Amino acid sequence: MSKSTPATPAHHVVHGEWHVRYNYPVGEVGARFFDALKEKRIVATRCSASGLTYLPPRAYCERSFEKCDGFVDAGGEGTIEAATIVSAAFDNLPPPPYAIAYVRLDGVSTAMVNFVRGMDLSDVPAAAAKLKPGTRVRVEFIAAPEGKITDFHYVLA
Amino acid sequence: MKAQSVAVIGVGQTAFRSRYDEMTYPELAQEAVTLALKDAGLQPEQIDAVVFSMAPTTFMGVADADKWAVDYAWARGKPFMRVHTGGATGGSAFQAAYSHVASGQYGTVLVVGADRITETPDAQFVLNLIWDAFYEQDFALNTVTMTALATQRYMHKYGTTEEQYANVVVRARRNALNNPSAHLKGEIDIAAVMNSKRVSWPYKLFDICPRSAGAAAVVITTEALARERCTRPAFITGTAGVSNTVFMGDRMGPAADTDFADYSELKQAARECYRQAGITEPMRQVQAVEIYDPFSSFQFPQLESLGFCESGTAQRLSDEGAFDMNGSLAVNPSGGTLCTNPIGVTGLVRAAEAARQVMGRSAAMQVKDVHNVVATAIGGSTQFFTVTMLSDEPRRAAAGA
Repeated sequence: MSKSTPATPAHHVVHGEWHVRYNYPVGEVGARFFDALKEKRIVATRCSASGLTYLPPRAYCERSFEKCDGFVDAGGEGTIEAATIVSAAFDNLPPPPYAIAYVRLDGVSTAMVNFVRGMDLSDVPAAAAKLKPGTRVRVEFIAAPEGKITDFHYVLA
Repeated sequence: MKAQSVAVIGVGQTAFRSRYDEMTYPELAQEAVTLALKDAGLQPEQIDAVVFSMAPTTFMGVADADKWAVDYAWARGKPFMRVHTGGATGGSAFQAAYSHVASGQYGTVLVVGADRITETPDAQFVLNLIWDAFYEQDFALNTVTMTALATQRYMHKYGTTEEQYANVVVRARRNALNNPSAHLKGEIDIAAVMNSKRVSWPYKLFDICPRSAGAAAVVITTEALARERCTRPAFITGTAGVSNTVFMGDRMGPAADTDFADYSELKQAARECYRQAGITEPMRQVQAVEIYDPFSSFQFPQLESLGFCESGTAQRLSDEGAFDMNGSLAVNPSGGTLCTNPIGVTGLVRAAEAARQVMGRSAAMQVKDVHNVVATAIGGSTQFFTVTMLSDEPRRAAAGA
């Protein structure tokens, strides 16, 4: 409401909400990735034409335009490429604080996003200093993975 | 095929603010149409086609609300298309309208859009839905966190401080004092930015644009009609766009061919735009820019990738005042996106403000001796980039299409 105008009466505002449900098949490439998560493995796709290894996995290599022709296990550790710490709440998104990082796992060409758990985030600048690009992290799986992307997260190595 | 010269002859925009309770979405768009036609001195029947600038439907909860706006934009009986590239929507819509005229298909085209981001409290949730449901949506990605990630990477690469970003906010809010349409404006200091609430490292609240409601429209036409109708038309002399993968993680590390920190896609788009416009020394030939900067960190990598300075040097030039109104390049005389962000039309506002600079109609925002002004827009997962040049003379034949 702009400061100069009086409040709009409630009966002049119509309330709306969307409730829409979806079921998304993960596809054959995705199935390999998500099935491997249940075994606490992270599987990347590889293109022999370009030499690139992709996470998230891809059916085709966008550089060579060839089909990715191999599946390889990513390393259990990796390097932060970008990170942030969220300290304010966004409606309908997870409650803060939390740290997010793009991590390039060993043996993989691209970085994949996930939460960084197990850090004290009460002092944001101090925590941010521990998440600089180049920082090493490792993958930590939850006790009973279900084949979902939230089966794992990163922790400082 | 040789493109014909195209110019902007009229622009209209409403004031931008949090809410427009006194009118509906299409009525808001209509307001901008009326203003733009008046500025161009044209009647609705003199418009041959309409391009509608509209980003995600879900901000308003009316599916593909461009349908709703057809008659309000006086498009009945005319060709009509909606363009949507996220935050780059307005830049892409403007370029589509340009192509309509440059190709010779239509003579005079109206490009218009409206947005109202505060009608849902779930705007950042809506923006989270631009990522896939399998690998990325679960991690609270949204436009704030996405660009905070790029900023953290940039700061590490070039040693940028939070205060240097805060200084960008101070300049933007000061410039916006000259813009009657700006949403946020005022004299603030670096401490005020630094003391605002932390949101997503390194962003504080004041590093982040407001959610704005408002509308904008632009009328573009052939050179012949522009010369007839307008004493100083703004010629569209360069239009370029580059898109990239939705996966931001592909743009990091030694195997990447672009860097997420640098928005290096803009180098490619700028090269093509400048080739068309005959620009070889941007810092000398371009007097002002209206770049897409919804966050305080968006100016430095863009100014560098657009060729105004070397990588990593924009922060120092900014500190020294080079990008102030009286500096060597006036950056966002309007206050930019940091002060006003009606997402679906923000890119169009950039082009409109650039055109007004060239037309000499920027009033208190006016930069002196303007010949060329660059407008940019960025959208999606920072994956759609447009660069547009507005000039006081048509494209030179040697640089033609």
